[in-house]
Amino acid sequence: MSMFPHNYLIYGADVSIVGATALIIFVLTYFKKWKWLWDNWITTVDHKRIGIMYILAAFAMFFRGGTDGLLMRTQLALPNLHFLSAQHYDEIFTTHGTIMILFMAMPMLIGLINVAVPLQIGARDVAFPYLNAISFWTFFFGAMLFNISFVFGGSPDAGWTSYAPLSELQFDPGPGENYYLLGLQLAGIGTIATGVNFLVTILKMRAPGMTLMKMPQFTWATLITSIIIIFAFPVLTVALALLTIDRLMGAHFFTIAAGGMPMMWVNLFWIWGHPEVYIVILPAFGILSDVISTFSGKKIFGYSAMVVSLATIAALSFTVWVHHFFTMGAGAAVNSFFGVSTMLIAIPTGVKIFNWLFTMYRGRIRFTTPMLWALAFIPTFVVGGMTGVMLAVAPADYQYHNSYFLVSHFHYVLIGGTVFGAFAGIYYWWPKMFGHKLNERLGRWHVGTFVLFFNMTFFPMYIVGLMGMTRRMYTYPAGLGWTALNLIETIGAFGQGASMMIMAVNIVRSIKFGERDVTGDIWDGRTLEWSTTSPAAEYNFSVLPHVTSVDEWWEEKKRGVVRPDHATFKPIHMPNNSGWPFLIGLSFFVAGFGLVFNWWLSAIVGALGIITFLFLRSFDYNTDHYIPVDEVKRVEAAAGR
Amino acid sequence: MARNRKILRRFSWVVMASLLLTGCSTQIPVLQPQGPVAQQEFGLIEWSFFLMLFVAIVVFILFGVFIYRYRNTPNNKAPYEPDMEGSRKLEFIWTLIPVIIVLLIAVPTVRTTYALQAPPKTAKTDPLVIDVTSAAWKWIFQYPKSGLETVNYLVIPANEPVQFNLTSVGPMNTFWIPSLGGMEFNMPNVTLGLWLQADHPGIYLGRSANFSGVGFEHMSFTVKALSIPQFNTWVSAVKKTAPALSNAENNQILYTHGLSPKLTFSSYPSTKTTGTAGMSGM
Repeated sequence: MSMFPHNYLIYGADVSIVGATALIIFVLTYFKKWKWLWDNWITTVDHKRIGIMYILAAFAMFFRGGTDGLLMRTQLALPNLHFLSAQHYDEIFTTHGTIMILFMAMPMLIGLINVAVPLQIGARDVAFPYLNAISFWTFFFGAMLFNISFVFGGSPDAGWTSYAPLSELQFDPGPGENYYLLGLQLAGIGTIATGVNFLVTILKMRAPGMTLMKMPQFTWATLITSIIIIFAFPVLTVALALLTIDRLMGAHFFTIAAGGMPMMWVNLFWIWGHPEVYIVILPAFGILSDVISTFSGKKIFGYSAMVVSLATIAALSFTVWVHHFFTMGAGAAVNSFFGVSTMLIAIPTGVKIFNWLFTMYRGRIRFTTPMLWALAFIPTFVVGGMTGVMLAVAPADYQYHNSYFLVSHFHYVLIGGTVFGAFAGIYYWWPKMFGHKLNERLGRWHVGTFVLFFNMTFFPMYIVGLMGMTRRMYTYPAGLGWTALNLIETIGAFGQGASMMIMAVNIVRSIKFGERDVTGDIWDGRTLEWSTTSPAAEYNFSVLPHVTSVDEWWEEKKRGVVRPDHATFKPIHMPNNSGWPFLIGLSFFVAGFGLVFNWWLSAIVGALGIITFLFLRSFDYNTDHYIPVDEVKRVEAAAGR
Repeated sequence: MARNRKILRRFSWVVMASLLLTGCSTQIPVLQPQGPVAQQEFGLIEWSFFLMLFVAIVVFILFGVFIYRYRNTPNNKAPYEPDMEGSRKLEFIWTLIPVIIVLLIAVPTVRTTYALQAPPKTAKTDPLVIDVTSAAWKWIFQYPKSGLETVNYLVIPANEPVQFNLTSVGPMNTFWIPSLGGMEFNMPNVTLGLWLQADHPGIYLGRSANFSGVGFEHMSFTVKALSIPQFNTWVSAVKKTAPALSNAENNQILYTHGLSPKLTFSSYPSTKTTGTAGMSGM
């Protein structure tokens, strides 16, 4: 395989990458922003800024993954098209899946968690702010490593599930698959650290009085998600490492030739992979709970049932992985067990759906953009969830497995759940992040068009699946009755792309014209993040709140509490910014890039870099500072308090 | 009203889905089963679909009524109870009802899962056995009883269960003939069983549903179901007219990446393909 794949589409993309990079460098240099970028963003350990960087990176990846989706849909619009070659199509569906799950959905949610959770629990920071920066930079460089596959050497092409033996060197030579293994490995390191970080943050850093059963729903969802991450991600780490060793060092963990077990990859992948889908849905559930409660002007219906169902879903998520391969001959007893355990997930999920509905019951529903996303979520997710139960029926799954029926199901739950939830969160917390609102009229257009075109794209897939169309086909013959449905899907996909442009316009316009949030509580919110300024100061809360109820800020407003009380200001202890996390991430990148191409020199240089920077950090005693009372007063006064 | 339009649209999907799923087209093989395996699977699909449709309709109705009735407009007379905590009774109901629905689906699921494990004992003769090997990107069908082999097409007797033994050389594939029943994996070094039956003579389409590289979308094959006398005639015609499969050609088919036209052989070498050896030709 040559270093630069020969394909004009790829050339075009290469040119646009080089052009965009040059433009960014030019703008930063022309406006003398390099120092600003380094001081305020690259070295930051502020959870809110890290959260914003996660969300920005996720948007960039959403654009990449979405473009992949449009290219695939273009290729499949009509039978026998030759817009993409088979090889190119295979690379694109692999990167589409991988990017959307690991480099879009997860960072989008982790970004929102970073922004909102410390504020929701009345904390000044996360438990390990420096580690948080390392998490971000390993994720970021993992994503970049995965993405440059497209420019250097060729993209992975064995599917986002990368089943052995197809993903082994014998059937998949070249660096593409190595990019997958190492890109995910780097990002996974960051994710595990994030799981630990937020578990400790939520358990140890809640404001006085906030017992576990007084935490907001999003915080609960984050806590449970962190636990799933800590249990599930090490399995991925091990699986990726084993396959990497197979490919780079000639081991045989998953090759038959020397007694390896390809089936073991499938098991390990899904023991991580199924909990992973709950890692990306539970935080969205949390966002939706908070949004629905806020805009219905009501407490969440059945608080403890909501918490119990989150925990039940998390526990069950580890007992269902075999449903991804019912058709691998595991036998009737195993298939029955995993079929029924999968159906059981519908029970706690159903409880949540009904509790959301009854949160609106006898409420006063305000149809703001975040609420519209939450409302769009309910029926969409019900369609996705119901077809999920149908897929759990093991013998019926023999007919759905790997067909477009399945493709439709997981897009209904991942877009209808995770993406709608993330958009609800982004519109909801945008004022808290940036101090201004996104335009509501454009927001409504975004929701309306997206929901319409989403259904147009994915609903026909249920039918075309029952017609026998399987996933990952780069083309199909005419005469099978698939053509009209595929064409409708393609039109829908472009509609979704156009809808995202409305969001982009909204963001750009709102920077200038968006309604400014001067109160810090622009939605008439219920939880603590709305009790501080928008955007929140570096230290979040000038005086730590004392919590007595679930909807603490709502209750305080009713009691007429005024925040903050200037007499009680004290100096605030905060961590210092640090450049090490960025440099550690960069070293990981250098090491990873070396391993991709078996350039051991580069791998060793990168590894030495990681060790050196960790070593130097351990002798860095200048890690924290106090913000004096005068400065706190000045910042609060500037925010009108 | 935007909200009313949304409700209407949700409802129209339900109608559309029901129409399409009841089969107004002739080309939805999963919903038009042609044999007992596909028939039983279709039965479960229908049963689970209508139970789920019932749940979805309940949710959609509550959803529509609530967002209309409790919208925040100045003259909305509906009651407003901002401090409502929840209701043990309601929550118990919507936990219990899904439990019942899950039971209603789980019991037939488990029963059918066991029932479909092996062809029914009532069959008069031993079922016809066909060894299926997927090799990138071909389908190889061997008939051990008569010793013949076909590539990329399959001929089976109608009205009689056929036992398939599935394996693979190289990457995994799945063997899927939607009209006759669901799929099963072809995996290297493992043999998985799947039985299917066509209730009447006809031509059906089969394919691989599991990605195995750039040629995978072309891994489709036709399945011709013949009446038993016709099938026997076909077997003896192949034995008489088709060439024998040489060792060299056998290795070529198994171990060389690439597509293949339909091929027919009157015999095949006796070495069992296990997927372990001789992959050097890749």
